[in-house]
Amino acid sequence: MYVELKNLNKRFGNFQASDNVGFGIEKGKLIGLLGPSGSGKTTILRLIAGLETPDSGDIFIDGQRVNDLPAAQRGIGFVFQNYALFRYMTVFDNIAFGLTVQKKDKAFIQNRVSELIRLIGLEGLEKRRPHQLSGGQKQRVAFARALAPNPHLLLLDEPFAAIDAKVRKELRTWLRETINKVGITSIFVTHDQEEAVEVADEIVITNKGRVEQIGIPVDIYRNPQTPFAAGFIGESITLSGYGDLHGFEAVSGFDRAVLRPEFVRVTKPQKEIYPHASQRGVIDEIFFRGSTLELRVNLAGQRLTAYQPLDGDAFAVGEEVSVLIYRLYLCNERDVLKVENRSIQGETAFFI
Amino acid sequence: MQAKTVERTLIAIGVAFIALMLILPLVTILVYALRQGWEPFMDAITNDYAIKALNLTLLATAITLIVNTGFGLFAAWTITKFRFRGKQVLTTLIDIPFSISPIIAGLVFIMVFGRIGWAYPFLDAWDIKIVFAVPGIVLATIFVTFPFVSRELIPLMQAQGNEEEEAAALMGARWFHIFRKVTFPHIKWGLMYGVILCTARALGEFGAVSVVSGHLRGKTNTLPLHVEILFNEFRLTAAFSVASILVIIAIVILILRNIVEYKLKQEES
Ligand SMILES: Nc1ncnc2c1ncn2[C@@H]1O[C@H](COP(=O)(O)OP(=O)(O)O)[C@@H](O)[C@H]1O
Ligand SMILES: [Mg+2]
Repeated sequence: MYVELKNLNKRFGNFQASDNVGFGIEKGKLIGLLGPSGSGKTTILRLIAGLETPDSGDIFIDGQRVNDLPAAQRGIGFVFQNYALFRYMTVFDNIAFGLTVQKKDKAFIQNRVSELIRLIGLEGLEKRRPHQLSGGQKQRVAFARALAPNPHLLLLDEPFAAIDAKVRKELRTWLRETINKVGITSIFVTHDQEEAVEVADEIVITNKGRVEQIGIPVDIYRNPQTPFAAGFIGESITLSGYGDLHGFEAVSGFDRAVLRPEFVRVTKPQKEIYPHASQRGVIDEIFFRGSTLELRVNLAGQRLTAYQPLDGDAFAVGEEVSVLIYRLYLCNERDVLKVENRSIQGETAFFI
Repeated sequence: MQAKTVERTLIAIGVAFIALMLILPLVTILVYALRQGWEPFMDAITNDYAIKALNLTLLATAITLIVNTGFGLFAAWTITKFRFRGKQVLTTLIDIPFSISPIIAGLVFIMVFGRIGWAYPFLDAWDIKIVFAVPGIVLATIFVTFPFVSRELIPLMQAQGNEEEEAAALMGARWFHIFRKVTFPHIKWGLMYGVILCTARALGEFGAVSVVSGHLRGKTNTLPLHVEILFNEFRLTAAFSVASILVIIAIVILILRNIVEYKLKQEES
């Protein structure tokens, strides 16, 4: 493991911002810290960078315990949430700052900064001040500034949060590609699961200062290990009376179930394939979601969400339909149990 | 139509008030000063005591500026860049000189360093004079003006946050480098503004200084005190002549202040 956190704890007053945080990161990986706002993501980054001191626990980088190493000597590049560009310096001086501090010679600085400006595609804007740049450009400058002194580890705090939706996707891809090109181990923070899934090699899910789960996106998606992870990933809804659903039975110790829209199939009653596994519901509402339709189905008093492709059967509000649920994540306070619809077990159903 | 009338009336009241309360007195001072011609005026302001008073005022102001700029920077830095207990209390304490009468500030120094003060035996043993001497005047001036700089800086630095400094520190910059390259460019006009307000107040300080001065002509008389003495001796022309020095300095400061204010506004946009 290139970066390893062991039992990190950090309190602010009475608030436990990091609660026994521990995980490891392999060299060269891009890791996404994903969790709701206030779940302690920034605190973890600041602890790694040395901007905060943990109350207890150890931080290892490349096998070396860095707890007592000053922030500046940890070889870390940090991209702040609001970029924190030096507003009285030009783009060039911003990027050159770390090298100037290291007293590199002028020619070297000139070369390195030009190289980085090419990397971020801002040729010709060297003389601009931060307030003359767009959000995406600032983001790139902050990125280049962090990379300039050749850090071994790059930390990015919500790198896309302040950028409008259209540019965000583009920048995401750019960042992913650029980090691969540079080949630097990186951790980025986000509260947007789509972003995490799309960009990260591995995702660390945080909640209330704790790490809930770490794994590759597909794995976290398929096999959530904590109730929080099950509910946080995907567009989930929580059902209490899941034992009444056809094909499922109540399991003692699990009082609720998390259901994702992808696990629900709505068909016309006459096209029903698995009669024992399905049941009847009524369409409550239909929303157009661009590439799909979102259906709200009333199933014996419980409201489910399902997706329907635009070119599939057309439904009307109030229509009776057949509802098939493939899978549920049963939850209690601590555990998650993945259960498949038993009436279709053995048959292969498609899902992600 | 009606709004226009209201607007004009208000402007007229404002102008009249300022003319009556500010411009008229200032002009009066200059008129009185020059009433008997140029020579008495020059005599009054080149008088030995007047020059000594001016020098003392400038000395006290200079020391005050150095001390209060240093203190103001330090206090603002501490309050905005660190987390610690009692921060709120410290912020409130800094404002004390604004909320108590200068006379009381002067009396405090008498009670501490004067003949009846608790520090007197110690000072006496070392032959240090504070009250009724120059150090007392300097101390009183510092006391009365010390919030000006920090008051200007704290909101500015709070708005800036710590992240730029943290970014610089992460790249290995030393604190002085950070201060010079990151913090200072942000606060320089605010600092200048605070310094100018502080200068204006220090030059004109009367109350606290009057208490600790002892009015020893040529020794512990500042310019405002000198004016008062001349006035009490019914030497009106001389009093107004010396006062006009203060008026001219005040006008220069006012102009500087406006320039700095303009720069501050530019910086904000
Ligand atoms: N310097 C601080 N002082 C006090 N509380 C803090 C400080 N930094 C963070 N916190 C608290 O810790 C919690 C977690 O913060 P943070 O790590 O910033 O969460 P996230 O980045 O996931 O939104 C927040 O509720 C915040 O109020
Ligand atoms: Mg955060």
